[in-house]
Amino acid sequence: MIEVKDLKKSFDDKAILKGISTSFEAGKTNLIIGTSGSGKTVFVKCLVGLLTPTSGSISYDGIEFTSLSQREKKEIRTKIGMLFQGSALFDSMTVEENVMFPLNMFSKMTSKEKVERVNFCLERVNLVGANKKYPAEISGGMMKRVGIARAIVLNPKYLFCDEPNSGLDPKTALVIDELLSDITHEYNMTTIINTHDMNSVMGMGEKIVFLHQGYKEWEGNRHELLESDNETLYDFIFASEFLKELRKGAGKSIKLGK
Amino acid sequence: MNPFYHVGRFTVMVGRIFNKPESSTMYWKELLRQMNQIGVESVPIIAMVAMFIGAVTAIQFAYQIQDFLVPLYYVGFIVRDSMIIEMAPTVSCMILAGKVGSNIASELGNMRITSQIDAMEIMGINTPGYLLGTKIIAALITIPALIVVAAFVGIIGGMLATVLSDISTLQEYERGLRAFFVPFNVRLMLTKGVVFSLLLTTVSCYQGYHVEGGAIEIGQASTRAVVLSNILILIADYFIAFTLLK
Amino acid sequence: MRDMLARPENLYMYWKELLRQMNGIGVGSLIIVGVISLFVGAVTALQFAYQMGTTFFPDYLIGFIVRDTMIIELAPTLSGLVLAGKVGSNMASELGTMRISEQIDALEIMGVNPNGYLVMPKIIAAIFIVPPLIVLAAMLGIYGGYWAAENYGISPANYQKGLLYLFDPFNVVIMTVKSVIFAFLIASVACYQGFYVKGGALDIGRASTRAVVYGSILVIFFDYIVALVLT
Ligand SMILES: Nc1ncnc2c1ncn2[C@@H]1O[C@H](COP(=O)(O)OP(=O)(O)OP(=O)(O)O)[C@@H](O)[C@H]1O
Ligand SMILES: [Mg+2]
Repeated sequence: MIEVKDLKKSFDDKAILKGISTSFEAGKTNLIIGTSGSGKTVFVKCLVGLLTPTSGSISYDGIEFTSLSQREKKEIRTKIGMLFQGSALFDSMTVEENVMFPLNMFSKMTSKEKVERVNFCLERVNLVGANKKYPAEISGGMMKRVGIARAIVLNPKYLFCDEPNSGLDPKTALVIDELLSDITHEYNMTTIINTHDMNSVMGMGEKIVFLHQGYKEWEGNRHELLESDNETLYDFIFASEFLKELRKGAGKSIKLGK
Repeated sequence: MNPFYHVGRFTVMVGRIFNKPESSTMYWKELLRQMNQIGVESVPIIAMVAMFIGAVTAIQFAYQIQDFLVPLYYVGFIVRDSMIIEMAPTVSCMILAGKVGSNIASELGNMRITSQIDAMEIMGINTPGYLLGTKIIAALITIPALIVVAAFVGIIGGMLATVLSDISTLQEYERGLRAFFVPFNVRLMLTKGVVFSLLLTTVSCYQGYHVEGGAIEIGQASTRAVVLSNILILIADYFIAFTLLK
Repeated sequence: MRDMLARPENLYMYWKELLRQMNGIGVGSLIIVGVISLFVGAVTALQFAYQMGTTFFPDYLIGFIVRDTMIIELAPTLSGLVLAGKVGSNMASELGTMRISEQIDALEIMGVNPNGYLVMPKIIAAIFIVPPLIVLAAMLGIYGGYWAAENYGISPANYQKGLLYLFDPFNVVIMTVKSVIFAFLIASVACYQGFYVKGGALDIGRASTRAVVYGSILVIFFDYIVALVLT
């Protein structure tokens, strides 16, 4: 469980996050949505400590994170897995070496166990037969999957994914969503996913936080989402004229999920 | 920007290098990779440049002294001393500032803008130690060795030029090589090598590690790395010469 | 490379680009070339004084040696190496960025000859701006030597006597020939490396490193050729 209280972040004097409070439970897929530039990446980077918040508090299972020393932060970070928006694969290493990197750094496994673990994770993300390729030689979708494999290889307690399926075709995107949702439930992880893909929102949104102009505009689950009467949220979801028409026609009675 | 800002950020970066490695085997492997990239891969350029510099030094010294009553064996003596005292350490490091410096800055800059450095930080790795420390140590080990190679090759280059351009006989050149030899000069050369490699790697690491933006900023950082390293190397060269040659 | 001789579409645009490049290369390199030559001259004086300490040369030869070494060798060659590092990596990464971000393709689609518009002005600008830079480098180097010699305890009068001793104007010709050749080599190698980049940001870095390496090797190699032919 990660709790955020009144989180603020500004760059120079440009405020990006203007006071956000929310919480993310373990074993649930928590989604952060918002338009491009609304501060999703900044929010997640504040949570993991890559950016220092201007003010506010962040706690990991009761441990206040922002006031920890560098060494204590490192301790928590070994329990964090993160997929970056651009995958951030190490381009001097092969796919296999990328996924094995955290194991080499932090685990005491034998090299046979490591190889098994790496192959298990790569199978988990549906990526076999690319072990010896370099990041420059694989597609964007494959890179995302390697990134996820690398993020989960140490069995993290907390998993952060910054737009895991942007730039992917709808079918591959769905595979990745299902994978994230499965591992979250299976290992009882606290998973936080940035997205602006409505398929993901409707497919796996157990908790959804909608960021708008630096504030938390709305939060709830995917069922509540459709019943909400928040206009800003509706403008975000039903962006095209076509969908707006559709919504008018159907009234507010569309129900998804069941 | 404010120089204090850079000095502060530089100090923090260097301070963070000194931390216990998360895994000594991984650091060791990275060190070997860097020694290969910085040292082994620079052997051809350093040797080629040194060869021609030795040759040019010989030809031009012979040209400069043709109006004087200087004995011909002085060519060997001058080539040896110029290579050891000045050309091998300084010119090699200026070349390395161009090659290794721009390489380090653009590699780190690329890792920074594609979030690879962030990804390592998230895993709990001390990136200054793992990425910068290994490069600096690799340079401290390999660059002085490269300079020794450069001095040897330069002296051979001078010999080839002397003999091929009929400046003097091989025997004369060899006599010059043995004349007035001061072992202290070798220490001077190695001191320069250590100081210059420290300067050029820390400056390039600083530039690359703190890139913000995109591909254009990487290019700018790598140019800044080259320029600053070159300037610092020559300033240090002067001060070393001034303090040690008094 | 032959493409760049095609007829310019709009002379005024090319002229503006040429001026921009001359400014970038010249003004942008002034400080580094200046600082470096100053110190190189100083070091040359110190080290010659030290080397000669063991032999029977008169003091005033220091001025003579610094002057000739700067003019014939150090000003053109060291500046050439420094410029191969700075200007070379700069040009390669600028063109590389334009290639990767498809700006070069965009120019081509618009009907502008990218070779002529991007590459030619850089090479011409370098050929015009590098020789004056190197003359300046030689002068600053000689001044640096003067300053260091004084700190070392050699009288300014002796240094000046050396400066005026046996001056051969032909050495200035050597220096100019070297600078023109080096300028052409550095700029054309860097443009070639940058213009044909394929891949991403990492490949831009590699191209710019290659530009520096090949540029430096060519500078030193032609230094040798010129020394062989002209001295
Ligand atoms: N390091 C920084 N310095 C200054 N401004 C920044 C910095 N990082 C982000 N910003 C600004 O913060 C705002 C939010 O950026 P952020 O990357 O979080 O958006 P996002 O919601 O992730 O968008 P996208 O969906 O496109 O990824 C942007 O306006 C951006 O310009
Ligand atoms: Mg983002």
